[in-house]
Amino acid sequence: MFNDIAQYFRTDTLPHIWCPGCGIGTITAAIVRAIKTLQLDQNKVIFVSGIGCSSRMPGYLDFNTIHTTHGRALPFATGIKAARPELDVFVIMGDGDSTAIGGNHLIHASRRNIDLTAIVINNSIYGMTGGQTSPLTPHDKRGTTSPFGNLERPFQVLELAKAAGATYGARATAFHNQLLTKLVIDAYNNPGFSLVEAISQCPVSYGRRNKFKTPADMLLWQKEHAYKAGQRIGHEDDFQIGEIFSSQAPEYTKEYDKLRQRLKEVSR
Amino acid sequence: MSNPKLMQGNEAVAEGALAAGVLFYAGYPITPSTEIAEKMAERLPLVGGSFIQMEDEIGSMAAIIGASLTGLKALTATSGPGFSLMQENLGYAVATEVPCVVVNVQRGGPSTGLPTSPAQADVMQARWGTHGDHPIIAITPSTVQECYVLTVIAFNLAEEYRIPVILLMDEVIGHLREKVVLPDQLTIVNRKKPDVPPGEYLPYENDDSMIPAMANFGDGYRYHVTGLTHNQKGLSSGNPEVTKSFMQRLTQKLNPYLDRIQMVEEVQLEDADLILIAYGCSARSAMEALHIARGRGLKVGLFRPITIWPFPQKQLEKYVGRKFLVVEMNTGQLAGEIERIFGNKAVERLNRIDGELITPKEVLDKIGGVCNV
Ligand SMILES: Cc1ncc(C[n+]2csc(CCOP(=O)(O)OP(=O)(O)O)c2C)c(N)n1
Ligand code: SF4
Ligand SMILES: [Mg+2]
Repeated sequence: MFNDIAQYFRTDTLPHIWCPGCGIGTITAAIVRAIKTLQLDQNKVIFVSGIGCSSRMPGYLDFNTIHTTHGRALPFATGIKAARPELDVFVIMGDGDSTAIGGNHLIHASRRNIDLTAIVINNSIYGMTGGQTSPLTPHDKRGTTSPFGNLERPFQVLELAKAAGATYGARATAFHNQLLTKLVIDAYNNPGFSLVEAISQCPVSYGRRNKFKTPADMLLWQKEHAYKAGQRIGHEDDFQIGEIFSSQAPEYTKEYDKLRQRLKEVSR
Repeated sequence: MSNPKLMQGNEAVAEGALAAGVLFYAGYPITPSTEIAEKMAERLPLVGGSFIQMEDEIGSMAAIIGASLTGLKALTATSGPGFSLMQENLGYAVATEVPCVVVNVQRGGPSTGLPTSPAQADVMQARWGTHGDHPIIAITPSTVQECYVLTVIAFNLAEEYRIPVILLMDEVIGHLREKVVLPDQLTIVNRKKPDVPPGEYLPYENDDSMIPAMANFGDGYRYHVTGLTHNQKGLSSGNPEVTKSFMQRLTQKLNPYLDRIQMVEEVQLEDADLILIAYGCSARSAMEALHIARGRGLKVGLFRPITIWPFPQKQLEKYVGRKFLVVEMNTGQLAGEIERIFGNKAVERLNRIDGELITPKEVLDKIGGVCNV
């Protein structure tokens, strides 16, 4: 299973820190398979992450990798991409990382439509810090800081990005990991800001508190609640997978380059 | 030497940055630093660089670190509130040893304070604003000419020692217009690049120089950067031995180079009974007071730390036994440091915290009081 993508891992950094049954490993493999399919030059691939269990992913990968500060992966990535647009920049964030502390950066990266391939690993919780409520924790679900159930309503992160100007949005799950690979490929191919929401299971910090007995139950939940466009299941908490939106708009670094060319012509 | 030009301090910073080879600027507008951003927005696309206005100062600091990792010299500029927002990522640049320059044009007061008035109250924030034990370099221009030259030097230090350098300005110097003579010849330093093949590269190598070579992202040296305590490969580790060796190198890495980092101006110190210590805008008033005092036969000198952090203690220690008067626009942030060196009996203070400049007359009056004339 793993041998097909082993060349993309820093094998000396394994074993990883993730708990047994965690979805992040499956999602990592799905993303790396996308890079393999795309045959990207390993030396030109950059992985940027924030802080959290999800954000530990780049440390295990043999690319140019940077594990930044909580919530700030996107502005770091923006600096890298604006400085050297020829690099292929992937951004890995947790749900809290990208929508709480880093929510503003998500809006503005979307607005700029800068050519980054961003992946939010949504496990509905703050995994790394032990299960506190995140802006993507569903209403009524429990976290250590919502011991009586979450009073707040969650974001729809893809809707948020779309409204802010992102030009590609898609969703898959750890269960639907082959679909995830395909969507990451499409996201990469979109010449603008792309966001893929990868729904993951955190059995340790979320599952235990929310009536999931095993990680397998959580994967089953993903399977049974996901639907393809136009095929709603009818559960209150079902969700669409696959491409959710895609559009065209000017991309930031290309616009900046046009500006440089224009100024050059003026000064000639 | 080129012809003299009339320039504003902030403008001179931008010109100095361009002369140093800066190709990336990220920032968020804030008085009294905004002219730096405006100038860079105009000039960078003309020289093949990039300017980006970020959504806040947290993002600005993040973006310049990202750009620097790809090999570009990168700048941001701000004032108090923005400098506060930058602190977490400033610490990230220290820990990951990514060269960059941060300009803080100081304004008055905590919080929003006095946006258009001068102060020098971020001296300690420049030293200890980000959490954890860490090294930092901060330098303080006193003239528009120095805004230009010290910006170039700030980049040289950042590149040479792989550290963020803070150009600690104040509103007076930022907005002052005066004559600048742009030097024809500038020494430009670029970061050390690895001279080993990628397989042998240690991005955080602990060799005698204490400053590891830095590869550009995208140039074939694939490595990891993290704000977690890390080993020589850059991979995170909580091992006490790894932690100790990382922290020791990080906190001591400037020590062998202090002579090159610590710049001071010494004026008429040989026979001085009273040594004024001042920097930035206050040094201008101190200098004028010194001339008048000398005219009256008072043995007064001026010690001006151009590099304020690491504080040039060795240079000042030569004058043990003299009296010191620290002139600064805060409640005595640097004075405390001088008292640490000489004890508080040797040190007098002249402070002002109302957003108004300390005048030469005030300095003179204080000199009179101290010298009992
Ligand atoms: C500025 C800052 N505040 C708080 C933290 C503590 N912290 C670390 S990870 C985390 C939340 C992680 O949750 P999420 O982003 O959903 O990632 P996950 O661990 O679930 O993958 C928090 C609050 C931090 N590292 N930095
Ligand atoms: S705490 Fe949750 S998200 Fe983090 S590694 Fe464990 S299972 Fe995965
Ligand atoms: Mg999470």
